[in-house]
Amino acid sequence: MPTESDPLGELGLHTGAVELADGEIPAIRFENVVKQYGSNTVLDGLNFTVRKGDRVTLIGPSGSGKTTILRLVMTLEDSTDGYIFIDGQPLTHIEKDGRRIVLKDKYRFEMRKRIGMVFQQFNLFPNMTVLENIIEAPVHVLGHSKADAITRAHELLEQVGLPDKAKAHPTSLSGGQQQRVAIARCLAMDPEIMLLDEVTSALDPEVVGEVLGILRNIAATTDVTMLIVTHEMQFARDVSNRVLMFDAGRIVEEGSPAEIFDNPQEERTQAFLSAVS
Amino acid sequence: MSDYFETLGRYLPRILDGLLITVELTIGGALLAVVIAIGLGLLARVENFLLRGFARVVIEFFRGTSLVVQLFFLFFVLPLPPFNVNLSPIVVGLIGLGLNYGAYGAEVVRGSINSVPKGQWEATTALSMSNVQRMVRVIFPQAWALMIPSLNNLLIQLLKGTAVVYTITIVDMTAIFNDMRRDTSVFFSYTIALLVYFVIAYVLSTLMGLLERRATAKLGRGIKLHVIPDAKGVAT
Repeated sequence: MPTESDPLGELGLHTGAVELADGEIPAIRFENVVKQYGSNTVLDGLNFTVRKGDRVTLIGPSGSGKTTILRLVMTLEDSTDGYIFIDGQPLTHIEKDGRRIVLKDKYRFEMRKRIGMVFQQFNLFPNMTVLENIIEAPVHVLGHSKADAITRAHELLEQVGLPDKAKAHPTSLSGGQQQRVAIARCLAMDPEIMLLDEVTSALDPEVVGEVLGILRNIAATTDVTMLIVTHEMQFARDVSNRVLMFDAGRIVEEGSPAEIFDNPQEERTQAFLSAVS
Repeated sequence: MSDYFETLGRYLPRILDGLLITVELTIGGALLAVVIAIGLGLLARVENFLLRGFARVVIEFFRGTSLVVQLFFLFFVLPLPPFNVNLSPIVVGLIGLGLNYGAYGAEVVRGSINSVPKGQWEATTALSMSNVQRMVRVIFPQAWALMIPSLNNLLIQLLKGTAVVYTITIVDMTAIFNDMRRDTSVFFSYTIALLVYFVIAYVLSTLMGLLERRATAKLGRGIKLHVIPDAKGVAT
């Protein structure tokens, strides 16, 4: 039955491999999602479901479509075909009378607020201080008072171990520090879903641990849904409760970290894991 | 030769009047050009085909036609039917210079905005910022630092371009030195004129250099300046 929160009337008809409880609405659902760049098909009819509060890690060789999935959820790019649902609501497109219709910018804008992303290259705004980076969107997008936003920003800086860097310029910080600020900036928006796109790939090896430690802490103390692309297999094992192995835009294998890392069934998963470890 | 300097002294009040006109045209034309450059530069990258097309046509037209002919058109053609618009020579000069250099500046603005790294745009999307917020608060402040050197070039060209306004009866600095030539020599008169233009250009260039250093310092790059007050009047 179509309802306002379920315009397609398809809730529960998930095609991923996750068992949903009766009436449970998943955080993220991909339905036959296709993404093409020109003639290059990156995702080919992808289906998968992420339950609320899940920490799902996507692994696989580069070019297998992992980062593309995060970019589609963040609406940095549009899918070529298929549908994505966030908390049961369509993200960018809707099916109407058998046709795929793009949703209005204003609607997308509201959906986007529920999702946050941390990037490989941090992408802090160099024209603002650390504090200004963190309070920018809470004040100007969510309409929080500046005083509240500043109080929260200081709490978050405490949480990421940079309480004395509020007035610093991003460019004066090390890569690890910049990434911790980027995590604080993402959390300041109180996202329901946090997307982590190879957040340690651009960091010096000795600071990877501090960034991953903070993310572990966030995973342990909040119920935010996380979708993680990483090459840090130990981190994936520690934080996630589900691992999806991708190759050529398809899920090759999926399971708990123990299943995937200790006892991979598929040849491609075995080959990938022995190559990265 | 000392006679020449005496003559120069006699001409000084008129030279200062002419200098004032030149400076007025330079600063007024530059301000108008910056407004036009930002407006057209932003318009040239919107999604809407009609708005973008309009910006492109205006930019190409004013870049692609002679400044002198543009001034003649505004000055001699506009007062005739069907336009019947009478503008004072100074206003014609300001509009002509503003449109011409604004069209060049629009390309600088557009290019600088496009040069802001993709990651910055994506971060604004990830933070759900609107298109206006993204441009005003994140992209433009960064693009500004990139565009200043090219805008400085255009400003110097605009200063030198002001000399063509003598063709529409404005008595600017060049016109005065043109007069002075008769009471001194061609060599003397035009040498002094060159020196005065050079000094003004040098002053403008230095000011733009300070502006650039301030803009890059705001992005946490380059040497921090302690002497240039920021918008609040507080030394940074």
